[in-house]
Amino acid sequence: MSESRATMLASIRRSLGVKGDERIRKAMVEDRLERAPKGVIPDRAQLDAAGKLALMLEKLEAAQASVARLASYADVPGAIAQYLRDNNLPASIRRGEDSRLDGLPWAETALEVSKGPSAGHDLSAVSHADLGVAETGTLVLASGADNPTTLNFLPDYHIVVLSAADVAGDLESLWPKLRRKHGKGAMPRTVNLITGPSRSGDIEQTILLGAHGPRSLHVLVVEG
Amino acid sequence: MSAHSTAHDFKANASRAIADTQLTGNLKAVRQNFIDKRAKAVKGLPEFEALRESGKEIKDHTLAHLDLYLEYYAQKVEESGGHVHFAADAEEARKIALDICRKVGAKTVTKGKSMITEEVGLNAYLEANGVTPVETDLGEYIIQLRGETPSHIIAPAVHLNKHQIEGDFRRVHTHLDPARDLNEKVSLLTEARGVLRDRFLVADVGITGANFLVAETGTSIIVTNEGNGDLTQILPKVHIVMTSIEKMVPTLEDASQILRLLARSATGQEMSVYTTLSTGPRRMGDLDGPEEYHVILLDNGRSAMLGGEFQDMLRCIRCAACMNHCPVYHQIGGHAYGWIYPGPMGSVLSPSLIGVDEAGHLPNASTFCGRCEAVCPMKIPLPKMMRHWREREFERNLNPALQRWGLGFWAFFAKRPRLYALANRLAIKAMALIGRKKGSFKGLPGLGAWTKYRDFAVPEGETFQAKWKKARAGR
Repeated sequence: MSESRATMLASIRRSLGVKGDERIRKAMVEDRLERAPKGVIPDRAQLDAAGKLALMLEKLEAAQASVARLASYADVPGAIAQYLRDNNLPASIRRGEDSRLDGLPWAETALEVSKGPSAGHDLSAVSHADLGVAETGTLVLASGADNPTTLNFLPDYHIVVLSAADVAGDLESLWPKLRRKHGKGAMPRTVNLITGPSRSGDIEQTILLGAHGPRSLHVLVVEG
Repeated sequence: MSAHSTAHDFKANASRAIADTQLTGNLKAVRQNFIDKRAKAVKGLPEFEALRESGKEIKDHTLAHLDLYLEYYAQKVEESGGHVHFAADAEEARKIALDICRKVGAKTVTKGKSMITEEVGLNAYLEANGVTPVETDLGEYIIQLRGETPSHIIAPAVHLNKHQIEGDFRRVHTHLDPARDLNEKVSLLTEARGVLRDRFLVADVGITGANFLVAETGTSIIVTNEGNGDLTQILPKVHIVMTSIEKMVPTLEDASQILRLLARSATGQEMSVYTTLSTGPRRMGDLDGPEEYHVILLDNGRSAMLGGEFQDMLRCIRCAACMNHCPVYHQIGGHAYGWIYPGPMGSVLSPSLIGVDEAGHLPNASTFCGRCEAVCPMKIPLPKMMRHWREREFERNLNPALQRWGLGFWAFFAKRPRLYALANRLAIKAMALIGRKKGSFKGLPGLGAWTKYRDFAVPEGETFQAKWKKARAGR
């Protein structure tokens, strides 16, 4: 391994006409990594909280996700039960350990709730997003026991809870939050940016939903 | 050795493609879909031009410091518990991948869409060594069933229609009811989903490519719509990322800038459905995800492109906008180019990677209309670089005698402006006189190959230079 590493780095340096130990180059790289300058941020996402939420809802629908707006977390179990009924699905969901979904009135519904990752047998799963990106209607989900990544991809129906307070304008807003939570330069194993349900255009360029991931993405936006 | 190439046969390949009416019919989808969707997405983002400049600046900076970013990136991957393998060429990359598969006793490998694994010919190599690769991107799966290579870098099966795909599914999926109805496109999709779901769940290793490598965090990023790249990497015990060195960007902010350009330029989406950031193996307390994470970093001729006239090509983010807007690609499709990278980006990149002797014809597959450069999100001067290759081809005496003779003939006149203008005027007058009634020529002496597939319009009786003079005088 180390032989090719040395060969490749030497070849790059030969082509660039550098030695690799130039202080000015090192300083430029360190500075860029340290400052992580933002580039061009679209105007469309520079809005107040209400504007961001409205844009998020608009972009979610544009990405063919369905949306329900809820007044408080207490409404979450009922909204899930309603969604499953509307789609003729069994009243059964899989979810992770996320404490934001604990202590909700699950018992007031007939939902059967099991916890853990998916092995491929779950029709419906519920996750909690860490952030919404209004600019494109994107949901941000991080791996871990709270929201196992398999829940985002194996079930046919993916239900995602998003707090309206967590809706950011632009994609760049995400990175400082991740750095605060995990430390600069560190990341969870997987960060999923999800924009709508799975699709493919590989047959005659016709977009069809439900390629390998969820056929439907339903977002519960909690405003209280 | 990289993947097999027939680029040296480009002329014959292109002739065959143009004569294939099924292919040219199927290719209409490229013109009809990609161009409109991109135009709409670009129009919807007023900052698009500013972002192109930003993307170019990011890549130029990164390439100028690539050695340092690679070192930093490799260190971050190791810190997060992953492994980085440097592969100087295709053979080394294949061997590293096979070694990792063997260490865990892998029988089947699922694969996300990756042009780098196509470049190194990974599938054939794994198969020859007892490991079964399963392509999981729908388009890649279809062409794997047919034993073909992709004809487009983001829509590998764009050269096929649904009837051809139905034929392949019936031929291969023999465990399913022969009387099933596959007339609807969605039933083809559903069938592939079912077949591949089983393969995802039993795979021992998952191999994906990467759209970006982020030095700051040691992260690899893939961008997909189907979710196959995600099932490929989160279900097996081992995730291998096979990618190339120029995918590097410094920070997450930098990746964000280019992400805004990528989906809009490729499919006309504002954001692809799944943008996935992967860093190391699963963490303590994680309940799913791979136990091992390996990155294989391929060079294969790229480091030699730095610092020279083809460095700009290393900014390419593989969005395919150049081929989607290329009149030559529209006519012949991707396979005619003979190697895995078709269209304008391939015409520039292939000679760099597999040599001008093999791929020297490709830079001639351009009318220099300039649309590729105009739509390139990374502002790569593709026509200029094709010209560089043509010059090299000429210098090395690689083009045929007739072409060299013709260029010499033209140069004789071009160096004598008065004679040139006179000869032009006479030729145009003569053609206008002869072809006045018909409006176009179906054939011209010495231009049979050209007029076989198109008519030559009759000149309007005046040269461009004469018109230009008049227009200037009239101002």
